[in-house]
Amino acid sequence: MTNETHTKARTLPVTDLSLVVLIGASGSGKSTFARKHFKATEVISSDFCRGLVADDENDQSASGDAFDVLHYIAGKRLAAGRRTVVDATNVQQESRRQLIELARKYDVLPIAIVLDVPEEVCAERNAARTDRADMPRRVIQRHIRELRRSLRHLEREGFRKVHVLRGVEEVESAEVGTEKRFNDLTHLTGPFDIIGDIHGCASELEALLGKLGYVDGTHPAGRTAVFVGDLVDRGPDSPGVLRRVMSMVGSGSALCVPGNHENKYGRYLKGRKVQHTHGLAETIEQMEGESEEFRQQVREFLDGLVSHYVLDGGKLVVCHAGLPEKYHGRTSGRVRSHALYGDTTGETDEFGLPVRYPWAEEYRGRAAVVYGHTPVPTATWLNNTICLDTGAVFGGKLTALRWPERELVDVPAEQVWYEPTRPLASEAPGGHEGRPLDLADVHGRRVVETRHAGRVSIREENAAAALEVMSRFAVDPRLLPYLPPTMAPTATSHIEARGGAADEHFLEHPAEAFAQYQEDGVARVVCEEKHMGSRAVALVCRDAGVARERFGVGGTSRSSAAESGGGPTGSLYTRTGRPFFDDAAVTEEILGRVRAAATEAGLWKELETDWLLLDAELLPWSLKASGLLRSQYAAVGAASKAAFPGALAALEGAAERGVEVRDLLARQRGRAADAEAFTDAYRRYCWTTEGLDGVRLAPFQILAVQGRSLAGLPHDEQLALIDRLVEHDGSGLLQTTRRLFVDTGDPESVRAGVDWWLEMTGRGGEGMVVKPVGAVVRGAQGRLVQPGIKCRGREYLRIIYGPEYTRPENLARLRGRFLNHKRSLAIREYALGLEALDRLAEGEPLWRVHEAVFGVLALESEPVDPRL
Amino acid sequence: MFLTISTTGTPERPATDLGFLLHKHPDKAQAFSTSYGTAHVLYPEASVERCTAALLLEVDAVALVRRGKGKGRGGAPDAALAQYVNDRPYAASSLLAVALSAVFSSAMKGQCTARPELPEQPRPLRIEVPALPARGGADLVRALFEPLGWTVTVEAVPLDEQFPEWGDSRYVRLELEATRLTLAEALRHLYVLLPVLDDAKHYWVSSDEVDKLLRAGEGWLPDHPEQKLITSRYLSRRWSLTREAMERLELVRLAEADDTEVEEIDNAVDEETDTEEKPVPLAVQRRDAILAALHASGAGRVLDLGCGQGQLVQALLKDTRFTEIVGVDVSMRALTIASRRLKLDRMGERQASRVQLFQGSLAYTDNRLKGYDAAVLSEVIEHLDLPRLPALEYAVFGSARPRTVLVTTPNVEYNVRWETLPAGHSRHGDHRFEWTREEFRTWARTVAERHGYEVEFTPVGPDDPEVGPPTQMAAFTLTAPKEEKAA
Repeated sequence: MTNETHTKARTLPVTDLSLVVLIGASGSGKSTFARKHFKATEVISSDFCRGLVADDENDQSASGDAFDVLHYIAGKRLAAGRRTVVDATNVQQESRRQLIELARKYDVLPIAIVLDVPEEVCAERNAARTDRADMPRRVIQRHIRELRRSLRHLEREGFRKVHVLRGVEEVESAEVGTEKRFNDLTHLTGPFDIIGDIHGCASELEALLGKLGYVDGTHPAGRTAVFVGDLVDRGPDSPGVLRRVMSMVGSGSALCVPGNHENKYGRYLKGRKVQHTHGLAETIEQMEGESEEFRQQVREFLDGLVSHYVLDGGKLVVCHAGLPEKYHGRTSGRVRSHALYGDTTGETDEFGLPVRYPWAEEYRGRAAVVYGHTPVPTATWLNNTICLDTGAVFGGKLTALRWPERELVDVPAEQVWYEPTRPLASEAPGGHEGRPLDLADVHGRRVVETRHAGRVSIREENAAAALEVMSRFAVDPRLLPYLPPTMAPTATSHIEARGGAADEHFLEHPAEAFAQYQEDGVARVVCEEKHMGSRAVALVCRDAGVARERFGVGGTSRSSAAESGGGPTGSLYTRTGRPFFDDAAVTEEILGRVRAAATEAGLWKELETDWLLLDAELLPWSLKASGLLRSQYAAVGAASKAAFPGALAALEGAAERGVEVRDLLARQRGRAADAEAFTDAYRRYCWTTEGLDGVRLAPFQILAVQGRSLAGLPHDEQLALIDRLVEHDGSGLLQTTRRLFVDTGDPESVRAGVDWWLEMTGRGGEGMVVKPVGAVVRGAQGRLVQPGIKCRGREYLRIIYGPEYTRPENLARLRGRFLNHKRSLAIREYALGLEALDRLAEGEPLWRVHEAVFGVLALESEPVDPRL
Repeated sequence: MFLTISTTGTPERPATDLGFLLHKHPDKAQAFSTSYGTAHVLYPEASVERCTAALLLEVDAVALVRRGKGKGRGGAPDAALAQYVNDRPYAASSLLAVALSAVFSSAMKGQCTARPELPEQPRPLRIEVPALPARGGADLVRALFEPLGWTVTVEAVPLDEQFPEWGDSRYVRLELEATRLTLAEALRHLYVLLPVLDDAKHYWVSSDEVDKLLRAGEGWLPDHPEQKLITSRYLSRRWSLTREAMERLELVRLAEADDTEVEEIDNAVDEETDTEEKPVPLAVQRRDAILAALHASGAGRVLDLGCGQGQLVQALLKDTRFTEIVGVDVSMRALTIASRRLKLDRMGERQASRVQLFQGSLAYTDNRLKGYDAAVLSEVIEHLDLPRLPALEYAVFGSARPRTVLVTTPNVEYNVRWETLPAGHSRHGDHRFEWTREEFRTWARTVAERHGYEVEFTPVGPDDPEVGPPTQMAAFTLTAPKEEKAA
């Protein structure tokens, strides 16, 4: 308790994230005090809550409900990390107990500010208020009696700071000073070198510091070392490690959080009884050779350690044993013990060691959590967390993480200094065997933040459909880092279209696409031939080991598949994530051919990668769509072929008899011709394949390689890479994509583009896609422009719009189509696809990549005219 | 969309009487507008000896789609792509039957004011339908028409002669001949049997179907050997109409995005085999085995993971030892049906508080599934691709971690005992694998060891000495407090 008796302007320290409980009788001036020193939104008063639930701020019968509301609001604020001030009398222990529990629940400091004002003053103030004028004097008397009785117990009740203001003058002159939490070092931006568990390995520490560029504990570039704790115990020279770390922390070139071993040794130094196990005996023995003065310094150093730090604007959290997001920057005994010991299930394993809860698997926070505590063979990221304890003392290595570079630096242990109780776990917690994908990552209504188009929302019913397809039909999400977006067609062709090239027979015409891009400020576009197969995404790794290392597939570390180097080397999937081939061997055969071409073309080296993600078209269409072809397209053809001869013969017979059926006959002949044209249209995209003979893969973009999204690589450069891939394919699988570059502002060039399309579609081609050469392009208002516009051939569109769509009356009706929703959908899906690639490139956790990929699939189920 | 009706005649009974019977003059082409387009009646031939009437329905495909008003964006109804490109303008479908009854309504009723004696008289009739959609093929066509006195000629129509490997289409060319039937009878046969053969799910729009069927079937349907099939197919189209209303198009769109038939994806609910009215005995035995195992485990709070249409949930609800029952499925359609089966919306509060249904997926961990006594995965694992099975293992045994887990799956060895199952075929189109007893046991023991469970196996159904039981069940019981993942 702060018992200063002087009455001059006191400044009350109040932590920036805390639950401030005002305590005082009715009329003691709590609301005035709160108004003066805190933001209006920080203060919740019981009177206000009474008004909310009962329309009367003084209706004492509503107190129960009012406090429920108060606690609810306070809970929401504290959960969100906002300081909250409770303006109620709080003179009874029971009401304070509830608030202290609330503070503990949200791991914030409970702070009491007592307004101890004489009874007469309170009574006078209440009398002056019309709504309280008739408050009996005895109520105030009771309040003051209860307050006085409480004063001595406040700290014992759990308040971490207690400020008592006695008398009106002290209340009025007091100031509130906001204090930062000790763990809040968000203003420090490093760069940092975070160093894992050392355990007395002084020599390895010196080697690592040297490798990191430190000279006698200082980094010439001003970097800051951060120690994750467990400096002592087990190893050969805990005093040496302490000396180095303490001097670095003392000189400001390092930060240090305590480990459980420091905590225990600190308690030993304070004279507490602790078991000399887990290497503590070694530390005690080594420290006996040190001076009493040094031991005293160590004691003070350990005593002053803060259990975790939030650094670099909140992007980085460092602690010893890992910390779930809800504890970041919080202050409570629970947070401290969690930071030191981690979350345990309460059980012990067969080695008698506590079983740890796989918190990192569930971690979904945006801050990277860097920690130690759990020895692992290699440090690996999982859901934006990484454990740096690589068992130096057990003969492993001492590891550091450079931040923000995210580079790992390590030195090997000089020897096994201490035999581990149990073998090092073969994986980081929740590693390859863990399934870090949780339903909460994808289910229900969601908003996905994208860097290219802001927030993209996904509706519940669309997520539900995507969940079904993703769960039942898709390839393993680890091998599904991307789904292609839908694409909008050109604006509907009009007779008076710009450039005058379009005419009335077309629903889609390239002149519209060129004009639209010109309007968007895109000067140069590439027209790429559309292949009319099935969209295919291929993830091609150099070998199964790469797939295992980069994408975490290939079974568990124990499985025979992994040991024998088996397992998939990638994936080949459709636009909804389904595998193209039921037989994994066929997929592998195709991946093998692409891999060979990439090797021949030297792409691995040139792109500095050991995997490629390709966007492609797989041909023929009939390979995958054969079910649909038979049930729908060929069926229409068969029915028409069977029906028309009889119908035409009947009409001709009637006409011969002089019955007036001329118009009807002409119309039916036209329809018969249209139906035949329809059959011809789909037939062009069907051919018979035998095994992989006749199967073609036409790649048109390399979407991503290790550490990089290539979605922004200009299409001319993309196609140059693709051409080399195709050239070096000796298997006949890969097919080139023909293209033509067009300047949208040059009528000559535009005409050439139109002619090219007319020529191609005239021979039955599906059409083309027009793309800005610059790939990811923004328009005048900074919005993404369409990444591509499809322009489908007149005959091809029969498959989509029906055999008779070219009849003038039908075309006229179809011209009424609207593209806005399709365009918006295309942009949203594109942004999600780019987001998935960026997240993949930046090594973000699987759930983050999957979230965006899942979003694309969900949006695909939005209602939009399916013919667009 | 086209058929012809012909008759032959003599000077005493001229073929042109057909004109009187149909109320359509043989020398004129007449047009009638119907809701799907225009129906034309014309006579390619009309002499004393031979007279042929042709009915031609010009279907307005665009109008057909427009009927389905929806919220689709892009100026078009919220319809599946299949509705824009379909066989309705060409095939003699249910639409033609509607046109038939509209254009020849008095003929169908056997009325003829000018020559009232005519309708009563049978005449030689010949009907040609060049493109008849016939689900069930030529055999069914014969089985439907022959008992009615028709001589049937039926020919399959190939899908595409350029791709003979695609085989035959669902259309046949049909010729019917009879001498002892009246025209009214013939028309009523067509009116009922064209839609029955068409059996299309999505295009029928009409109500009071039962009355219509009774009227048109008068005098022939009750004694027809295929009466049951005719009735159920005819009326089931009405049911699918109501189903369409509740159907979610999201899955349809995802199928179309992939150039895939909707049935390939939207197949979580097996309408043919798994209806509660006639449960397969094996399904009952399986349920009994599960209930017995649950009782033995003493479980009160139970998850039915992959609950499908909710049959097991329903059985669990009847037993108050189960205090909390949660049915989880990834298929929204299955959940909708389960909810209707359980009458969740009408259930009393106390009863309803024992049961929950929600969408979930075993490819993901799910906090909602933690803390239950038991989980049942009945005929679930075989619907997953093998490479994705480890995700399910982890979600169930690693994350949800109920004390008891029951897993049933087919025993593939037993398949040789199914007489109707062709060799090498799995029992269900969506089964991604079927295991032998040895394979199942190996998997179960590995899972049990990895996650700290003990496992026991129980046969379900007759335990054949050679090939074992049709269904195999593994009962896992948690032993270790926690799996090895402790690092």
